[in-house]
Amino acid sequence: MHVENLTLAYDAGTPVVDGLTLDVPSGQLTAVVGPNGSGKSTLLRGMSRLLTPQSGRVLLDGKDIHQLPARELARRLGVLPQGPVTPEGITAAELVSRGRHPHRGLFGRLTAEDDTAIDEALHAVELTELRDRPVDQLSGGQRQRVWIAMVLAQGTQHLLLDEPTTYLDLAHAVDVMNVIHAAAVSGRTVVAVLHDLTLAAQYADHLVVMGDGRIAAEGRPVDVLTAALLDDVFGLKATVVEVGGAPVVVPDRRLAG
Amino acid sequence: MRSRTVVLSILFAALAIAIALISLSVGTAKLPIADVVEVLLGGGRRGTRLVVIELRLPRVATGLLVGIAFAVSGALLQTLSRNPLASPDIIGVNSGASAGAVAVIVLAGTGGGNISGFAAKVGIPLAAVLGGLVATLIVGALSVQRGVVDAGKVVLIGVGIAAAANSLVAWLLVVGDVNDAGRAAAWLAGSLNARAWSDAIPVLIAVVLLLPVAMMFNRDLSALVLGDDVASSLGVRVARIRLVLLVIATVLAAMATAGAGPIAFVALVAPQVAQRLTRMERPPLMTTAMLGGLFVVLADLLARNGLQWAQVGPYELPVGVVTAACGAPYLLHLIGRQQKGR
Repeated sequence: MHVENLTLAYDAGTPVVDGLTLDVPSGQLTAVVGPNGSGKSTLLRGMSRLLTPQSGRVLLDGKDIHQLPARELARRLGVLPQGPVTPEGITAAELVSRGRHPHRGLFGRLTAEDDTAIDEALHAVELTELRDRPVDQLSGGQRQRVWIAMVLAQGTQHLLLDEPTTYLDLAHAVDVMNVIHAAAVSGRTVVAVLHDLTLAAQYADHLVVMGDGRIAAEGRPVDVLTAALLDDVFGLKATVVEVGGAPVVVPDRRLAG
Repeated sequence: MRSRTVVLSILFAALAIAIALISLSVGTAKLPIADVVEVLLGGGRRGTRLVVIELRLPRVATGLLVGIAFAVSGALLQTLSRNPLASPDIIGVNSGASAGAVAVIVLAGTGGGNISGFAAKVGIPLAAVLGGLVATLIVGALSVQRGVVDAGKVVLIGVGIAAAANSLVAWLLVVGDVNDAGRAAAWLAGSLNARAWSDAIPVLIAVVLLLPVAMMFNRDLSALVLGDDVASSLGVRVARIRLVLLVIATVLAAMATAGAGPIAFVALVAPQVAQRLTRMERPPLMTTAMLGGLFVVLADLLARNGLQWAQVGPYELPVGVVTAACGAPYLLHLIGRQQKGR
């Protein structure tokens, strides 16, 4: 997946993402981080087709995503946007089965292939036992994993996830990150917008730091996440220590008195 | 899940047919059901045929069809806006259609005589569709922000549009000829009284053409309930489908309104009850359609004979009064549920 000179704006206002170019490494987990308003979620919307760019293009397997038919794109690129609507009473398996939409015809039941994809997706997020439970009765972390399973069931080579760990406590966030990481290990190309720097650095193969609609730095987390960068992009005074080969951000305290 | 919707669709259709047969048999001349069936199968005596085919069947058929049309319209609007309160009778589609139809009745009226052929047969349905589309267009345009429909806004704006259209109707009734206004007022209550084949056929055409088209979008609707962003990343062309289905829902409601007046609450209640009974996450179209037909036919049977059966006297109620009596409490129940945030 290539992003070429992409400029994104809402309602023809000032660009939120400004002439951004990015090479997404295949079969790896890329984490996009940045301060609030740096344009990271907007970038993800532009990389899917949820936002039409002012200029520039996004290439998927060498083809402009805006040139591909909608269904064809949905078979190659899975997206979990922010704020999906969980309909009242829908079961986990039902919700996951919706991920098969781009593979299905106008009528007809789920095929054996669909069933396999749904089972595998539920298994991957460790929710096989809760498959017949209504999603609105699950915990926040489980609910998020159901949604990820839906995107996994879509069976796409590329995955874009917008803040999949937001509102989750650390244990549940780690569960979700494990699932996402496993998807990358199995060969999929995954891009996730994350807000927790340490979590992003723990899991990402490739880290993209955004500031002001541009890429401030990118590369291996251990190379990118430095005290100087945190000060520069986030305005955060912090010490970066290394634990098990991955950088950990420890904010400096400024205690009163 | 699937089999439940099929079983309930068949059950509601069977009940609707049973009620329709009862409706065809009761009246001033009481006919045995066996005779009614014989006539419908093409046999029977001449006198019986006249009563069933020319006098009673148009009314029953119109009832079935407008029930189906209103219910499907409600199911589509509720799904598209993700709001159980968004039905054509709440968000102004029926009011817009009424304004169009009343304009024809009053402005093209012949001062007490019957409205002359062309204006009645083509004019009322056409004006109703136009009025309905105008209302939908305004509600749609005002409740969309950044290409996303605001489910709460749809209802608020719709109620406003309905009020505006209703005041237009009130004004037309005041300026119109007394007799025309009287006829329009009776029609506005939602009545199946004295329906002719010319009332049933436009609704029949709308249902036969549009219900299958709506059914083709069933799977897309299942994706759409997950949110516009999720639906479009699943390959659904959200804006286009929303436009097509909005037009279908509007035309169905407007044609039904033209056929029998704005019968209240069918479009609101039938989809919600069908959704609860099938335990789906959105109103299932076919089950909703059959339930809508059943609801109106049953309500009309009660409207026509209820007061006689209750020994009150030989009075008929407009069918809309009966559906409103059932539907209004349900509306309050829905609002109560929404307030609790569930």
